Amino acid sequence: MSGAERVTRVEGTGVPVRGDDIDTDQIIPARFLKVITFDGIGEFAFFDQRYTEDDEEKDHPFNEERFRDASILVVNSNFGCGSSREHAPQALMRWGIDCVVGESFAEIFAGNCLALGIPTLTADAESIDALQDFVDANPDATITVDVADERVSYGETTVEASVDDTQHSALVEGKWDTTALMAANDDRIAATAASLPYLDG
Amino acid sequence: MSRGTLYDKVWDRHRVTTLPSGQDQLFIGLHLIHEVTSPQAFGMLEERGLEVARPDLTHATVDHIVPTEDQSRPYRDAAAEEMMSALESNVGERPIDFDHPETGRQGIVHVIGPEQGLTQPGKTIVCGDSHTCTHGAFGAVAFGIGTSQIRDVLATQCLALEKKKVRQIRVTGELGEGVTAKDVILAVIRDLGTDGGVGYVYEYAGPVVESLSMEGRMSICNMSVEAGARTGYVNPDETTFEWLRETDQFADDPERFAELREYWASIRSDDDAEYDDVYELDGSALEPMVTWGTTPGQGVGIGDPIPDPADLPESKAEVARRAQEHMHVSPGETMQGYPVDVAFLGSCTNARLSDLRDAARVVEGREVHPDVRAMVVPGSQRVKRAAEAEGLDEVFRAAGFEWRGAGCSMCLGMNEDQLVGDEVCASSSNRNFVGRQGSPEGRTILMSPAMVAAAAVTGEVTDVRELPEVAVA
Repeated sequence: MSGAERVTRVEGTGVPVRGDDIDTDQIIPARFLKVITFDGIGEFAFFDQRYTEDDEEKDHPFNEERFRDASILVVNSNFGCGSSREHAPQALMRWGIDCVVGESFAEIFAGNCLALGIPTLTADAESIDALQDFVDANPDATITVDVADERVSYGETTVEASVDDTQHSALVEGKWDTTALMAANDDRIAATAASLPYLDG
Repeated sequence: MSRGTLYDKVWDRHRVTTLPSGQDQLFIGLHLIHEVTSPQAFGMLEERGLEVARPDLTHATVDHIVPTEDQSRPYRDAAAEEMMSALESNVGERPIDFDHPETGRQGIVHVIGPEQGLTQPGKTIVCGDSHTCTHGAFGAVAFGIGTSQIRDVLATQCLALEKKKVRQIRVTGELGEGVTAKDVILAVIRDLGTDGGVGYVYEYAGPVVESLSMEGRMSICNMSVEAGARTGYVNPDETTFEWLRETDQFADDPERFAELREYWASIRSDDDAEYDDVYELDGSALEPMVTWGTTPGQGVGIGDPIPDPADLPESKAEVARRAQEHMHVSPGETMQGYPVDVAFLGSCTNARLSDLRDAARVVEGREVHPDVRAMVVPGSQRVKRAAEAEGLDEVFRAAGFEWRGAGCSMCLGMNEDQLVGDEVCASSSNRNFVGRQGSPEGRTILMSPAMVAAAAVTGEVTDVRELPEVAVA
């Protein structure tokens, strides 16, 4: 295995999911974690927000036909807080999401997204509100997320959106798949291990 | 940036190199795995033809899906049986220690690490579970990771990470009667917010933290992630060392204990360490805390009114409105007297022996309210045996509690222990998110073990300090 694909730009239509503190239990409820592969979990994204206990559809953007092909998720603050389950970004990815733009993200969630090559960009609350309104009104409009230049463009508007420094270089340089990168440093790994007092051989 | 803190010292000692992405490659001293987040990672390893680099630094248990009632195999739930079998086969092929239920050591991953002495000061510890921050109570740098990162650790014993800032949280004064570590951390999260710790690790310090037992420190560190912090820790001291001295790792090896004790003492934050931020909380002013909403930050002192969303910052108001609707509570009320259907004493936050003792003291001589279903789920098989040796199981059973096997149970409802419909649960666990306990309509109120016990016997949210003394024969 070599390096990962470069992620410099994501283009697609958007889907707004509004609200602060949307936790990973909401993104994928625990009962759907009883699986030994991630295959097929896309259909369970936001399950309890989308269906009643009698399996009737509730109002949720992920249920709306007009957002069905969306690939850019627009959220508010502290998105992905709670459990470390990678099932959450895996479910979003398998539903069709390639990129998330929001006010702020929980760190484990953002790290899990990075491991999948999904950029998480942040912008101020006003820009996010405006983008959510735009996406809502224009579900077919293309949003361009420029990861390299840290900008999001839609309609006539371009807003600054930041990508954290390490995520930026990992994605833009195609270094987000870290297994091979780290394994290449095996001599240094051994030296570090040898220097730790609590490991004795 | 911080300088001279435990976090800085442990980070520096474990830093292998800086990667081209700018992230640090960090060596991991202990990798804990369980059945829910590891099978996909083992699958990824196999896809790439990779081996587990350090099975000797990998330790497995099963906690999330194990039934706590009928544990005979195959499990009644086919999906749970499949996950258990996958773990057995992934681990069985390799020399990885596995606390299988038959070993008598099985339990919640954040309970068994500390009780076996695997959790030590100055170690880096990771697990595919966000509450790995619990191990920070020992002065370890410990945090939860996702499944792709589990793959990285299995393959290389390393993680690619960026360093965080350090906020010291000083808890001053002393805790009043009936006020516990759980109340301290619920107050911290109320004050600083569920996203207040993003970008930080939390160092808990000050006289209240120093005077806490290891169990209390674990409860605090456990909920660091609910504060948005990647992890939290307490500097190791005599309390820490005394705990470790009696564990499996050191009970028969005092020489090794003495050697490592020097290292443990050396990684404490320096007296003149520099922090990126310091926050002070007056422990003397705290009351028992309960949550009124659907995030751990939505908590109040038991005597305090539930806030009016209109008085909250705009960014918090909408979340608060929705939470109050879900919980059927109104601003200005207190949580006292809120009826409870279920009492759950368990989870990696509060299912240790001292938690069971705290609750048993309240329960002894009383009966569970007829409208309440109450259960105790010990954090590990050892906790369960130790509690039975003291007769705590009899206290709980006599009062009408169910006495269960060890596991995560109703904290997240991945086994059969779940809320039904809009049941209300007084819970010693860590999350009150909508749907967290298995029912999308379920309502969770977080509180300390003693407060759970009080709610179980009165059938409503109750200030444990106001329960009259019961004469026990």
